[in-house]
Amino acid sequence: MATETHGADQGGLVFHPMDQFIVKPLFGDGPVGLFTLTNVTLWMALTVLAIFALLVLGTSGRATIPSRVQSVAELVYDFIRKMVEDVAGKDALVFFPYIMTLFLFILFANFLGLLPMAFTTTSHIAVTAVMAVMVFLTVTIVGFVKHGFGFLGLFWVSSAPLALRPVLALIEVISYFVRPVSHSIRLAGNMMAGHAVVKVFAAFAPMILISTGIGLVVTPLSILAISTIYALEVLVAFIQAYVFTILTCVYLKDALHPSH
Amino acid sequence: MASETHNAADAAASAPGLPQLNFDHFGNQIFWLLVTLVVIYFVLSRVALPRIAAVLAERQGTITNDLAAAEDLKAKAVEAEEAYNKALADARSEAQTIVNAAKAEIKADLDKAIAKADAEIAAKTAEGEKKIAEIRANALVSVKEVANDTTGEIVTALGGKADKRTVTAAVTARMKG
Repeated sequence: MATETHGADQGGLVFHPMDQFIVKPLFGDGPVGLFTLTNVTLWMALTVLAIFALLVLGTSGRATIPSRVQSVAELVYDFIRKMVEDVAGKDALVFFPYIMTLFLFILFANFLGLLPMAFTTTSHIAVTAVMAVMVFLTVTIVGFVKHGFGFLGLFWVSSAPLALRPVLALIEVISYFVRPVSHSIRLAGNMMAGHAVVKVFAAFAPMILISTGIGLVVTPLSILAISTIYALEVLVAFIQAYVFTILTCVYLKDALHPSH
Repeated sequence: MASETHNAADAAASAPGLPQLNFDHFGNQIFWLLVTLVVIYFVLSRVALPRIAAVLAERQGTITNDLAAAEDLKAKAVEAEEAYNKALADARSEAQTIVNAAKAEIKADLDKAIAKADAEIAAKTAEGEKKIAEIRANALVSVKEVANDTTGEIVTALGGKADKRTVTAAVTARMKG
């Protein structure tokens, strides 16, 4: 954390909480093109490796009595499969690999992002927006393919009084199109905010090097704060992956069973 | 953000506000994200998920089989227990029969022996009584004789004349009294 030496010439505290989110080329200092190997590439590759290690290497024993890693893999499998089945219904199980992909990617990107010096890919709106739009398009296309124009019944609240229905339909349409926005910003925002807060407290930690008097109070407090926020972030990392996945399932339910 | 002391180089790095809103990097991120998601999707759908599903199905099968086997064994155990209980009851009733038979036999023997002993005792008693009666009779005769003799002697000694018949009659009359 303290390796950032911007503005260290004055010997004061250094606040660059957002620098951790900068996309940089891995090699050299050139511009970031479409195919440039960047820290994004690196941390996404690590995510793939972690998923591969857990779900493929971990289950290579195919043991009836599972090893520890295998039982974790089975736990994740069961967790998501049950979620898809319970929330979106049995016919949504075709989408299970797709939803599992999203969940595992977000989960591991979040957790890997918590490593010191790591780059959190899911803190970028570009990343989460693509996933949210993918979900949005999937849901919309599946809805229209399965139900034709009957899918529009999703917006026509037939249980409401007739006079209210056009108004409700307008609100429903707006909320439908806001879904990918909230879906993506929720994840990116949570990740970014937590990591930025940790960085801000981290910037206070070297206070003792500047002023022993104030530092005796501020440094322990900021280290305590870092630990606390970090623990919270571990929780948030899981919860956000969970929330993203379960919302995907809820949206998918709308596409498969549009009746209210 | 970094509003304090950064020089020109720092400004280039962190000036445009949120790095998340630097649209120059969007293409790169989206490209690598899609690559990542496709790779993960294929790893999951081709290898990991079918494998885990197979393992889980196999485990379910094993558990079902084991449960069925356990059910079988349990039924067998219940059967064996029933057979054991039945054998136990049979053995008990047989033992009871044997005991009863033995008791009856012993009782019969005993009754027979008692009856025999009773008969013997009765016979001995009758014999004894007969003997006692005989002895008593003998004794009475002896006493009579002695009494006759003694009476005769006493009468003689007193100066009377002992008429044998009179004496005998007198003694007999006395002894009856």
